[in-house]
Amino acid sequence: MTHTSQGLPAIEAMFNTAKAQNRAAFLPFFTIGYPSYDESINILVEMSKLGVDGFEIGIPFSDPLADGAVIQASSQVALDNGITPKHGLQAVRDLRARGVYQPIMIFSYINPLLAYGAEQFVRDAKGAGADGFIIPDLPPEEAYLFSECEKLGLALIFFIAPTSNPERISLVTKQSTGFLYVISVTGITGARDSLPDDLQAFIARVRSQTDKPLVLGFGISKPEQARQLHGLVDGFIVASALIRAHQNGTTSDVLGLAGALRGATP
Amino acid sequence: MVFEITKTNVPDVRGYFGEFGGRFVPETLVPALDELIKAYDEAIHDSVFMGELAYLQATYVGRPTPVTYAKRLSELLGGAQIYFKREDLAHTGAHKINNALGQALLAKRMGKKRVIAETGAGQHGVASATASALLGLDCHVYMGSVDIARQRPNVFRMKLLGAEVIPVESGSKTLKDAINEAIRDWVTNVLNTFYLLGSALGPHPYPMMVRDFQSIIGVEARRQILEMTGRLPDACIACVGGGSNAIGLFHAFREDENVDLIGVEAGGYGILGGQHAARFADPNIGRMGVLHGTRSYVMQTTDGQIVNTHSISAGLDYASVGPEHAYLRQTERAYYTYATDEEALSALQTLSQNEGIIPALESAHAVAEAIKRAPTMPKDSILLVNLSGRGDKDLDTVMSAIGDES
Repeated sequence: MTHTSQGLPAIEAMFNTAKAQNRAAFLPFFTIGYPSYDESINILVEMSKLGVDGFEIGIPFSDPLADGAVIQASSQVALDNGITPKHGLQAVRDLRARGVYQPIMIFSYINPLLAYGAEQFVRDAKGAGADGFIIPDLPPEEAYLFSECEKLGLALIFFIAPTSNPERISLVTKQSTGFLYVISVTGITGARDSLPDDLQAFIARVRSQTDKPLVLGFGISKPEQARQLHGLVDGFIVASALIRAHQNGTTSDVLGLAGALRGATP
Repeated sequence: MVFEITKTNVPDVRGYFGEFGGRFVPETLVPALDELIKAYDEAIHDSVFMGELAYLQATYVGRPTPVTYAKRLSELLGGAQIYFKREDLAHTGAHKINNALGQALLAKRMGKKRVIAETGAGQHGVASATASALLGLDCHVYMGSVDIARQRPNVFRMKLLGAEVIPVESGSKTLKDAINEAIRDWVTNVLNTFYLLGSALGPHPYPMMVRDFQSIIGVEARRQILEMTGRLPDACIACVGGGSNAIGLFHAFREDENVDLIGVEAGGYGILGGQHAARFADPNIGRMGVLHGTRSYVMQTTDGQIVNTHSISAGLDYASVGPEHAYLRQTERAYYTYATDEEALSALQTLSQNEGIIPALESAHAVAEAIKRAPTMPKDSILLVNLSGRGDKDLDTVMSAIGDES
């Protein structure tokens, strides 16, 4: 397979493929530059070969206020390794050169992207082969800073949280392109032992307001949790658990977990 | 007299002061900010709420704080006559209580029993712990472990007042990281928790709300200086970390075109070398950015990573500045300069010896600017300086900086 389309059509195709196979799309997250630049690229390339559906790649920020301890620690290692937004763009180019065909969403906080120049960053990300952006401290009201995404057909993905009321869900639904990032719990990133009890009701509440794909994130760490998501959401993101697998082990532990998560949906 | 909050043209409904401000926060917090905006707006239009605030300002905080004419210091400098607004005489020893009390009353009104706060020097932490003790709220204060080590007395004060002090070990272990950790706590516990933010920064409505609660400083001072001298001052001077004491003084004078508004940032070891917290003074590292939910000037690398700042005064040691100050500077309504650690230390000693007032190291930055400026001005001119806090908390720092020669 090759990365034939880019941006919104590529993301749409990703969901269509997963849906045709009657499963939720699996989008692993990994921090660029953790444990080193080269190793983070290797890990992403190997996950691509496992047949994951898409990627969220993290560009580190010194003050990641939506992240729990695990991703904070990986960001710090990446910063100590000198990783900048330019390396994030280089990572996308390197991944494409090594045959990664899945959609790639760039995750970063707003300040490093503003420092680069938001418009220029979006253009350069398109040139590098990225498909979308996930920016946790950018609510839809401030989306004007990234209006270039719409012009270039890249996804600008916004969040829905358990605290979101119907007005917020309506606003986010209108503004978000590609998919909606649904936060499973009221809190920061980090693995949890189980999915929240009221998840079904929460998803139903969101579903009643939109037909856009829903991707669940925050707190998903195990294949059995991924299995429980079958039929509930269109995709899921796993982040901290993959980073933690490396902090407590090696690259093969990360790939082992990614493979188990990929295999968890039929 | 019931204190009134006057609405102005900034911020707009989206929380912007021109191109500064806004609310750059995780979606989880947006409904809480919406709820806060609504509750705040209702509260300040409720005479019962404003009456209780005014009652506590008078009977608990000790307002109005006086304005003191610094006769000996003015004579020594030989130019402008210097007047001090004495926020150091407010309960807990600094202006921070004005805002902490207002927000704590609002938390109680909103039915939020759990209060979190961040603190650098410990003054806002102490003020939050105090207001929480007064109103029966459960208070948790995030404080960087570096700041805990250099502000032991304030840590103990918070504990005596019944607050929990939570050490922050991430990043530079100072104020910036304490705010990160407080925001993470708020994201997690938003349904039952009120974030009592201590300066005129953060996401909307905080810069506006903190300004409003602090605006009593300028409202009083403007009236007092008119009563004492029959005229308005030529300039108002205040130190600027996040900028709450400065915006509190400036706000009442915003339409007095002949009154210069001067903010004094922390020059640290000097601008050359970057070891300071003067966001406006160093274009190499102080540029437009977003930190802690607001768009303003931020000290950062060319790649957008927040840099560590330095000031002898923990309360000014912060990488960003309140968005309204960025706006006042851009519109040229206010002017910003800086004082170095050395100048602040020297000003602290000059004021102590000539007026019998030991100022906080933060406030000493404003005093340093007055000492520079007064001799260049005619004798019939007036400088109004905000003495935002008292120096007791800084005695250890000052002793190790200038040596205890007793």
